[in-house]
Amino acid sequence: MSASETARSRYRSLVALAVMAGAYEGLARSGAFPSALLPTLPAVAEALLMGVADGTLLRHAASTLYRVLVGLGLAVLVGVPLGVLMGRLRAVESFVLPLASALMPIPSLAWVPVFILWFGLGNATAIGIVVYAALFPMLLNAWSGVRSVNPLWLRAGGSMGAGPADLFRKVIIPGSSPFIIAGLRQAFMRAWIAVVGAEMLAASDWGLGWVIFDAKEFLKADTMLASLAVIGLLGFAFERWVFGALERATVQRWGMVRAGKG
Amino acid sequence: MPYIEVYEVSHAYDTPSGRVAGVVGVSFGIEPSEFLCLVGPSGCGKSTLLNIIAGFLSPTSGEVRIGGRVVTGQGLDRGVVFQDFAQLFPWRTALRNVAFGLEMKGVPKNEREEIAMEQLKLVKLEKFAHAYPHHLSGGMQQRVAIARALAYNPGVLLMDEPFAALDALTRDDMQRLLSDVWRKTHKTVVYVTHNVAEAVFLADRVLVMTPHPGRVKTEIAIRLPRPRDPLSIEFLDCQKELLRHLVEPTPIGKDAPRNGGIA
Repeated sequence: MSASETARSRYRSLVALAVMAGAYEGLARSGAFPSALLPTLPAVAEALLMGVADGTLLRHAASTLYRVLVGLGLAVLVGVPLGVLMGRLRAVESFVLPLASALMPIPSLAWVPVFILWFGLGNATAIGIVVYAALFPMLLNAWSGVRSVNPLWLRAGGSMGAGPADLFRKVIIPGSSPFIIAGLRQAFMRAWIAVVGAEMLAASDWGLGWVIFDAKEFLKADTMLASLAVIGLLGFAFERWVFGALERATVQRWGMVRAGKG
Repeated sequence: MPYIEVYEVSHAYDTPSGRVAGVVGVSFGIEPSEFLCLVGPSGCGKSTLLNIIAGFLSPTSGEVRIGGRVVTGQGLDRGVVFQDFAQLFPWRTALRNVAFGLEMKGVPKNEREEIAMEQLKLVKLEKFAHAYPHHLSGGMQQRVAIARALAYNPGVLLMDEPFAALDALTRDDMQRLLSDVWRKTHKTVVYVTHNVAEAVFLADRVLVMTPHPGRVKTEIAIRLPRPRDPLSIEFLDCQKELLRHLVEPTPIGKDAPRNGGIA
């Protein structure tokens, strides 16, 4: 994509955002709703800046991010090897696949009360929910990735003396990396959505989900909207910059997937 | 004594309509540093035979011995080059692709990169050592594949139609390059092709195979001096003789090979 095209697509995104903000601001100032329920954008921005300035919002965001990253890390550690084994061994596949198919459709939020009974209020429950939300995308993508590995790579690797462990680390994992990275993106998104719900019910004192739930008690709509903005921005930043950069540095650089547009 | 001995090798495939004989009772020997071509139309079992020598397939009966030892699987005594460009690891640069076998052998990083660089020089790709395969042309990728198969210094190079997917001009260049590489490295080469001119250009000896089921029909020694001139009368005579064996009906009569796959 040329530089002018990139600039134009940025410009269009900005216009879309401005139109939406303008419509909201118009509605908020119309007086149709009390301003305590529908605060103007400057009021939300002030709540946001205050939260950042006194560090509370940053600490809430850090708590949420910590839960997501720890949970995601655990899901990767379990999901990738298990998915690879599923793709390589029929016995593992026929054992795990029915379990995954039965557990995956249950919304992670539905598990929160159960996890609270098991693990109590706090990090353990929130991280457990993240693991639950992130595990299946990781597992299923790793499984698909292994099945997509070109058999020639295995033959070539084997003929150059690679044993099962080397084939796993140096051929199968990089060979299925487009799927593993796609799985990571899906897993992060699902985890990010799940953690907010888990925090509303299970967290105490810290976390973006907890802030929103807590602010409801005090009718602080500006704080709620400011927290929502932080949730959206952080999710966007990870998707765009962390996973985008990971993809550019690996599978895109290796020519295994094309560059995305926009 | 031959370096590679193929003794009474047969291979049968299981298909939905029953067992089909791919190769039946094939025996031949290959001398050290000999360049042997297996030529025949599609379905004659030449690739099956190569895969058996490589250890990717087990023969249904018979055995292959290399340097007196029976082949039971893949091994570092053989390097393999496939037809498909996708054989290279896309996540490794040309240099690191070539170094893979040495890495598996436990050769330290500096040393293996030095050896890999020498191999890339041999195929004239040292300038592209740090390029990823998707930035290289088909011909360059196949040269990396040859360097990769030679890097850990196997005695035998097995090649399954490595230049069949290249355009004609590139293919001519590659054949000259391979001929040079073979002269410099003294490898024993088994080369599968359905291209008669290619076989005459490269081989010391050509085994002609016929399909349904795959058998060795005859063998022809190519005694032309090297480097060979594909436009000389003697070269064309060799080609004609080889073609005659390929298109004439087999002694059994009913299984005349189709001429379709013969270039």
